[in-house]
Amino acid sequence: MLSTRHIIDMSDLSTDDIMLILDTAESFKEVNERRIKKLPTLRGRTVVNLFLEPSTRTRTSFELAAKRLSADGINFSASTSATVKGESLVDTAETLSAMACDMVIIRHKMAGSPRLLARHMDAHIINGGDGMHQHPTQALLDLFTMREKLGHLEGLTVGIVGDVCHSRVAGSLVPALRMVGARPIIIAPPTLLPARPDVLGAEVANSLDEVLPDLDVAYMLRIQMERAEGMPFPSVREYATLFGMNEARLARMKPEAVVMHPGPMNRGVEISSAVADSPRSIVLDQVNAGVAVRMAAMYLLLGGDASGAAA
Amino acid sequence: MALLLRGGRVVDPQVGLDRVCDVVIDNGLIAQIGDDLSIDDDGTIVECAEKIVVPGLVDMHVHLREPGFEYKEDIASGTRAAAHGGFTAVACMPNTSPVCDEGSAVRFIVERAAERGRVRVHPIGALTVGLKGAALAEMGDMLAAGAVAFSDDGKGVQSSGMMRLIMDYAKQFDAVVVAHSEDECLVGKGVVNEGAVSTRLGMAGWPAAAEDIMVMRDIRLAELTGCRLHVAHISTVGSVELVRQAKAKGIRVTAEVTPHHLFLDEDALTAEAYDTNLKMNPPLRTSDDREALVAGLLDGTIDCIATDHAPHAAHEKALEFEIAPFGSTGLETALPLVITNLIATKRAEWADVVRWMAINPRASLALPAIRLEAESVADITVIDPEARVEVTPEFFESKSANSAFLRATLLGKATEVFVGGRIALRNGKVVD
Repeated sequence: MLSTRHIIDMSDLSTDDIMLILDTAESFKEVNERRIKKLPTLRGRTVVNLFLEPSTRTRTSFELAAKRLSADGINFSASTSATVKGESLVDTAETLSAMACDMVIIRHKMAGSPRLLARHMDAHIINGGDGMHQHPTQALLDLFTMREKLGHLEGLTVGIVGDVCHSRVAGSLVPALRMVGARPIIIAPPTLLPARPDVLGAEVANSLDEVLPDLDVAYMLRIQMERAEGMPFPSVREYATLFGMNEARLARMKPEAVVMHPGPMNRGVEISSAVADSPRSIVLDQVNAGVAVRMAAMYLLLGGDASGAAA
Repeated sequence: MALLLRGGRVVDPQVGLDRVCDVVIDNGLIAQIGDDLSIDDDGTIVECAEKIVVPGLVDMHVHLREPGFEYKEDIASGTRAAAHGGFTAVACMPNTSPVCDEGSAVRFIVERAAERGRVRVHPIGALTVGLKGAALAEMGDMLAAGAVAFSDDGKGVQSSGMMRLIMDYAKQFDAVVVAHSEDECLVGKGVVNEGAVSTRLGMAGWPAAAEDIMVMRDIRLAELTGCRLHVAHISTVGSVELVRQAKAKGIRVTAEVTPHHLFLDEDALTAEAYDTNLKMNPPLRTSDDREALVAGLLDGTIDCIATDHAPHAAHEKALEFEIAPFGSTGLETALPLVITNLIATKRAEWADVVRWMAINPRASLALPAIRLEAESVADITVIDPEARVEVTPEFFESKSANSAFLRATLLGKATEVFVGGRIALRNGKVVD
């Protein structure tokens, strides 16, 4: 059992919770490798995907996770939702609550929206990304993939490179890494740093080249042009030159070090095509782990124990 | 019919008064102040033992929302809230719909307040037409209609050239320009103070420099033009220091601070709550800023406490933090907060409270002084410093309950308010 009803913020989870989710995800990963990728575990439970911001991969990952656990999944997306007709999130929450849904996965462009939802309905809430705040299941699947590829989490040095300021991925990954005993270093131009990175618990470096040899993981963030209020760097070319992962940089990393990316990638900007497609890139392992980790999160929140996961 | 306020501690530093005595009000004026006074049998005696009797409090920065946003507040409900909070007068900001940017709009407020107001209402007119920052509003016409000052509150005047024009023009009337100090280029989409909280909560930050730069500009323009400047809702260490230096140079500047900036800081904002009642403009700042504001108030750099009473309907605040409107109500909690945090803790004297909430706001708005002496207009507030205040949604006379201090328990409140000798609040209840 988890110590929380919701997964909204990494601080909802204890380190034991994180480990329980990762361990449970191991057994679900095995299910995902079978020919019949389906368990009856959550039969009769209703999971709503409330995606109020465009998303393909996260929504698909949650949808697959629900289906593989035999839950009834409903998609409530921005284009079809009442919210475009001017309904408030509180009214949407109360409407879904009246329909007796067991769980809501929410993706929303406003920080704090999952907490608002949780206050107005009884269902379990999983934050599928809220504005520039957090995206905890992404951090969990990242931990899962690091542990799978590198054998452990404690003591790993993870460089998180790029648009940290606008990144909910970093918002969850930095505290998650700290909780499992890893060492996060944020590497970005000052224009893409949050005001107080120390508050998240990260060290800060301005030069990727200086820290490169120390890294076990280079975690490249997507440059989110659509969020920036003014271009935070002079050109894509200059950004790629200073902060992009390319073969020359990869060659300067430890031989066992890996490159990660939450997707979708801007090839040629934060990551070169050659690196993205190299064996050192574990981007697709992250996507693969995403389904298993989300199955584990749903299963554990809806009251499962370790025995059900092994079925 | 005379009123006798019997046995209260009467405090007014303007006349060097701080002792237990009686006050007689007759015909709208203070008739007499002294010991063992009496009135005719048909008069009313108000027992004031253990209470504090002060010149009527003035909140020089409120949003009454009428016309245009009567679902949030109107002149009747806003002045009920003012009386409940111990105020005998308020100055209301012009960001209504339509904007109060011409004489007829000022006249509407004056007339509506005369009909329905429980306390005095002093309109503040817009600096620029429609608060757009582009063209001068008719200040002369508005002054003739009863405006007491001018402000584009809610939006700063962005163009330095426009602000200079405004100050040059206002100077001919010796009118006060009330500045909302916000450089929109630096604020951007900011909704909380830039720093620990913007980082932790993942929201766009609003740097203190966005205020400091405008305060610096406006002080320099006040020096250039000789116009009177009042800095509204000051919130940063830097702005306090700028005002301190400006006063030392003899520049005509005054400043106000809100109770929420004095007694709350950004640490109140948590990822567990994303409490939209803590979303204000300017945002709650750091504890260092808060301490500098308290210090600035205590050393006289900051002249006034003003609430920036900003009522919003429940459905407007029940939104995602980033799209909820800015503002907290303030009229009914200001005095209890000051008593709880500054009097009960012995950081300030009652005479200080009278300066911050009665004498200086009138002086900042160039209103006639109210003194506790014979022949003065009988605008008086009586305070029970030991009363307990539970800040619940039901506590408010305001139409809105979006208080940053909901659920607080506070010490001390007004029990009686007299406006020109008329009883507006009695035993803590608004008199209709």
